[in-house]
Amino acid sequence: MDFGFTTAAYVVAAVLFILSLGGLSGQESAKRAVWYGIVGMAIAVFATLIGPGAGLWWLSIILIALGGMIGYQLASKVEMTQMPELVAGMHALVGLAAVFVGFNAHFELGNVMAMDEATKKTLEGFAALLAKKDGVEINILRVEAALGIWIGAVTFTGSVIAYGKLSGKVTSAATKLPGGHLLNASAAALSLICLIWYLNSGGFFPLLILTIAALFIGYHLIMGIGGADMPVVVSMLNSYSGWAAAAIGFSLGNDLLIVVGALVGSSGAILSYIMCKAMNRSFVSVILGGFGGTAGPAMEVEGEQIAIDAEGVATALDEADSVIIIPGYGMAVAQAQQNVAELTRRLRAKGKEVRFAIHPVAGRLPGHMNVLLAEAKVPYDIVMEMDEINDDFPDTDVAIVIGSNDIVNPAAQEDPNSPIAGMPVLECWKAKQVFVSKRGQGTGYSGIENPLFYKENTRMFYGDAKASLDTLLTMIN
Amino acid sequence: MKIGTPKEIFEGEARVAMTPASALQLQKLGYDCAIESGAGLAAGFSDATYEEAGVEVIKTAAALWKEVDIIAKVRQPNETELKRLNGDKTLISFFNPAGNEEGMELAKSKGANVIAMEMVPRISRAQKMDALSSMANIAGYRAVIEAGNNFGRFFTGQITAAGKVPPAKVLVVGAGVAGLAAIGTSTSLGAITLAFDVRPEVAEQVESMGAEFVYLDFEEEQQDGAATGGYASVSSPEFREAQLAKFRELAPEVDIVITTALIPNREAPELWTEDMVAAMKPGSVIVDLAAEKGGNCKLTVMDEKIVTENGVTIIGYTDFPSRMAAQASTLYATNIRHMMTDLTPEKDGQINHNMEDDVIRGATVTHQGEITFPPPPPKVAAIAAQKKPEVKELTPEEKREQEVAEFKAQTKQQVTLLVVGAVLLLGVGLVAPASFMQHFIVFVLAVFVGFQVIWNVSHSLHTPLMAVTNAISSIIILGAVMQIGSGSFLVILLAAISVFFAGINIFGGFLVTRRMLAMFQKS
Repeated sequence: MDFGFTTAAYVVAAVLFILSLGGLSGQESAKRAVWYGIVGMAIAVFATLIGPGAGLWWLSIILIALGGMIGYQLASKVEMTQMPELVAGMHALVGLAAVFVGFNAHFELGNVMAMDEATKKTLEGFAALLAKKDGVEINILRVEAALGIWIGAVTFTGSVIAYGKLSGKVTSAATKLPGGHLLNASAAALSLICLIWYLNSGGFFPLLILTIAALFIGYHLIMGIGGADMPVVVSMLNSYSGWAAAAIGFSLGNDLLIVVGALVGSSGAILSYIMCKAMNRSFVSVILGGFGGTAGPAMEVEGEQIAIDAEGVATALDEADSVIIIPGYGMAVAQAQQNVAELTRRLRAKGKEVRFAIHPVAGRLPGHMNVLLAEAKVPYDIVMEMDEINDDFPDTDVAIVIGSNDIVNPAAQEDPNSPIAGMPVLECWKAKQVFVSKRGQGTGYSGIENPLFYKENTRMFYGDAKASLDTLLTMIN
Repeated sequence: MKIGTPKEIFEGEARVAMTPASALQLQKLGYDCAIESGAGLAAGFSDATYEEAGVEVIKTAAALWKEVDIIAKVRQPNETELKRLNGDKTLISFFNPAGNEEGMELAKSKGANVIAMEMVPRISRAQKMDALSSMANIAGYRAVIEAGNNFGRFFTGQITAAGKVPPAKVLVVGAGVAGLAAIGTSTSLGAITLAFDVRPEVAEQVESMGAEFVYLDFEEEQQDGAATGGYASVSSPEFREAQLAKFRELAPEVDIVITTALIPNREAPELWTEDMVAAMKPGSVIVDLAAEKGGNCKLTVMDEKIVTENGVTIIGYTDFPSRMAAQASTLYATNIRHMMTDLTPEKDGQINHNMEDDVIRGATVTHQGEITFPPPPPKVAAIAAQKKPEVKELTPEEKREQEVAEFKAQTKQQVTLLVVGAVLLLGVGLVAPASFMQHFIVFVLAVFVGFQVIWNVSHSLHTPLMAVTNAISSIIILGAVMQIGSGSFLVILLAAISVFFAGINIFGGFLVTRRMLAMFQKS
C-alpha cells in the first residue's frame, strides 16, 4: 500500500475521534460515540500496519492481542469505585509508551545519521523520513522527541503516584521532600540544561538524565498534592498524556498522532480548568499543593452538632415531599451507592421527589459520582449539576449529605477568611432540614470546620454510610 | 418549685392557663402544679380532672398566689394581683407592657420577674411558645364561624331541587396568622375567598390556602415585611388611596368581610369606610378583629354586634379566643408549657432565668427589680430579608445598548486573541522549516477543534470522557508500530513494549467506557 492510502485512513480516523468526543455531549449519543472511537482506532492501527515502513506486523498483532486480553480483563473486573485508579494507571502506560517511542526516535536518528548516502537511499518509512532531514530539521526533531520524552516521563511517574494514592497504596496526604518546590524547580532547570546539551552533542546520556529529572518531577509533584485535589491531578495527567502523544507525533512526522494528542491534551486541559473553577482555586495553586495561607482568623463556629438516629431520619423522610441527596467521596469509600439508590427507589415509589445534587469536584475524578450512581441504576435525569439545583434548596424539605464535606461548607460564602472562601458550594443548608451522614466529627480534606454541622436545621447521622443507610432502609417501606 | 394558675378575674374570660394535659408535662419538668378551685370550669376542665392529673386544687386565689413560686395566667394581671407578687415569684401571662407602665412599675417595686407572653420574639425557635399566634389562629377561625352564624345563607354554592344557591363571597383583609386562619376556614366551608394584605410577599401563602389574592394597581415599591419582624407597618397615603379604591370596587360584591389589620402599638387603620358599608348588600356581615384597637371599620362598636340601617351586621367582639375556651386554653397552656421547658433546661423543677437566651430575654419585662422592656432587637432576623431585585428593568434601548457593548467587547477580545495567535504563528513560520510548519498547522487546528468539542461534553459524562480520551491517547501505538520494523534490537524491544502497553490501554479504555455508558439510564 502506498502512502496515500495511509493518509486517507488517518483523515477518516481523525474525524471519527472528533465525533467520538463530540458525542459525549449527551448520554444517549455517547453510546454511539464510543463506537466511533473504536472504529477510528481500528482503522488507524490497520492503516499503519499495512502502511509503509511497518515491519514485523505479526509481532505487533500478537502484542496488541496480548495487551487487549489484559485490557479486557481489567475493564470488565474493575469496580466503579475504582475508576479513578484505573484511569490514572492507564495514563501511566501511555506516558511510558511515549517515553519509549521517543527513545526510539533518538536511536533511529543516530542509526540513520551513521549511514552513508548510498544506504540512506535504500531506506524506507520512518527512517527514510529521517534521512531527508537537514540540520535545522534534525534539531527541531530532537527538541520534539525530548519534549515528548519529558512529558511522557512526568505523566508516567505522576500517574503511578496518583494511582497509588487513589488506591490507598500510597498515603493520600500531601507529602513533600525537604526543599519542596525548589527541588522541582531545579529538576526542571536540569532538564532544560540537558536539552541544550543534547542538542549540541546528540548523545543519549543527556537524554537519559533529562528523563530521570522528569520522572522525579512527576513523582514529587503528585506526592505533594492531597486526595481531594485528585480530580484536577487526574485530568491534568490526562492532558499531559495527550501532549506527549502530540510531541511524539511531531518527531515522527505523523499527523494523526498530532491531531489525537492535541484533542486529548485540550480535553484534559478543559477538565482541569473546570475542576479548578469549581474549587475557586488557580491551577498553579492546586499543582503546588495544599491550601494557601488565610487572610485572618476563621469565623467562630457557634452551637453544637446534634446527632439523630435512623428512626428520626426515617420519620423526617416520611413527612418530606422533596428530597435532595448530596453524595461525596465518602459514599464511594463506604460503597454505599447501592443503598442510596435503593433509598431513592423507595422514596420515589412513595411519590416523593428525589433528586441528586452533584458538585463538580465531588469524588476523586471528574464525574465520579455520576458514574457511581449510574452503576446503581439511578436514572440520570434526576442527577443534577450544582448550577441546575442550587436554587431549589429553599423549596426542599430534606437534604441528605452523604460523605461530602467541603463542597457543602457554608463558610465558603459566609466567612471571607476561610481558606475555601469564594468556592462555589451546594447551598444545602437552605433546605428545611439537613441530615449529614458522616463517620465522625472530624473535618474534611481541607481541615476546616464546617459550620453546616452546627446549624439549627442540621442533624448529624453518625456512622458508616452504608451501615447507616442499611438501618434506615429497614424503616422505610 | 411550684407552678400555679389562678382563676381569671377579667369578666367573661373563660380561658385558663393550665390544663390537666399541660400539668402532666409540667410535672415531667420537675414542677409541682396547683390550680385555683374552679379556674378551668369555664373552659370545660373540672377540678376533678385536675386532681386526676396530680394537680393540687387550692380554694382561694389569695392562698394560691401565696403558695406557688410561678404564676401562669392568661389576662393581663390587675393591681390586686400584682400586689401579691414578691421577689421570689415569677409571673407568666399576657402583660401588654407597651401600654401598662404602672403594671411594670408595680412589678418592679415588688422585685418579681415577669414574662410577657406577647413579647416572645417571632423567631422559628420560639414559635412553639408564640401565644399571640395561637390566639390569632383561633380568632381567625372563630371570626368566620361568627360571621356564618349571622349570615343568612350558605357559604358554599349549591344547586338543589329547590333552586340554585350562589356561593358566599368572603373578603379577608390582612393575611397575618388570624387572616390566614380565617381564609382557611372560609375556603373549607366552600366560600369564594378573596384576601388582601399590604405585604405582597404573603400573596403566595394566601394562594396556598386556596384564596385569591387581591392585587392593587400600584407602582410604588411595597414594603418588605422582613424589616418589621413579619408585621405590617404604616403605609403611604397614596398606597392607602389605591387600597380603598379597590375595596370600594369590591364592597357591593362581597357578602362577608373579615378585617384583621393591626399595626403593632398603633390604632387600627380604617380600611372599611362608612360608604363601603353603605354599598354592601343587606344581610352582609362584617367581622372586625381589630375592634380592640378602634376597629378597621369606624362603625364597629367594641364587644358588641350591631346592625346598620341598610341591614349590614357588624361584629366587634374582642373575646374570640375566650369564646372557644377549651381550644384556646389547650393551646395557651401548651405555649406556657414550652416556655417553662425553655426556662428549665435541666428539667429539675428549678427556673433558670437565662437573660442571655434571645427568647427569654425578649419576653422578660421585669427581672430582679429592674424593668427590662423594651428588649434589644433579636440577634436573628425573624424572616429572611427579601432579595431586592438586583437590576431594574431595562428599557429596550438600554438593553440593545448593553448587547451592543457586550458584542463589541467580545469581538474585541476575540480579535485580540486571533491577532496575537496569528502573529505568533507567523513568527514561528518565519524561523521554522516548511516541513515543521505543516505539522504545526495541523496541531493548532486540532487543539482548536478539541476546545470547541470538549466544552459541549456534559458534566455527568466527565469520567467516560476521561476513559475515552485515555483510550484514544494510546494512538501512540502508531509510533511504536512504525518503529518496530526498522532498526536495531533495542528499538524493536522498546517499540514492542510500547505496542503492548498501548494495546492494554486501547481495549481497557474503550471497554470500560462502554461499560460506564451502558449504565446511564433514563427514568
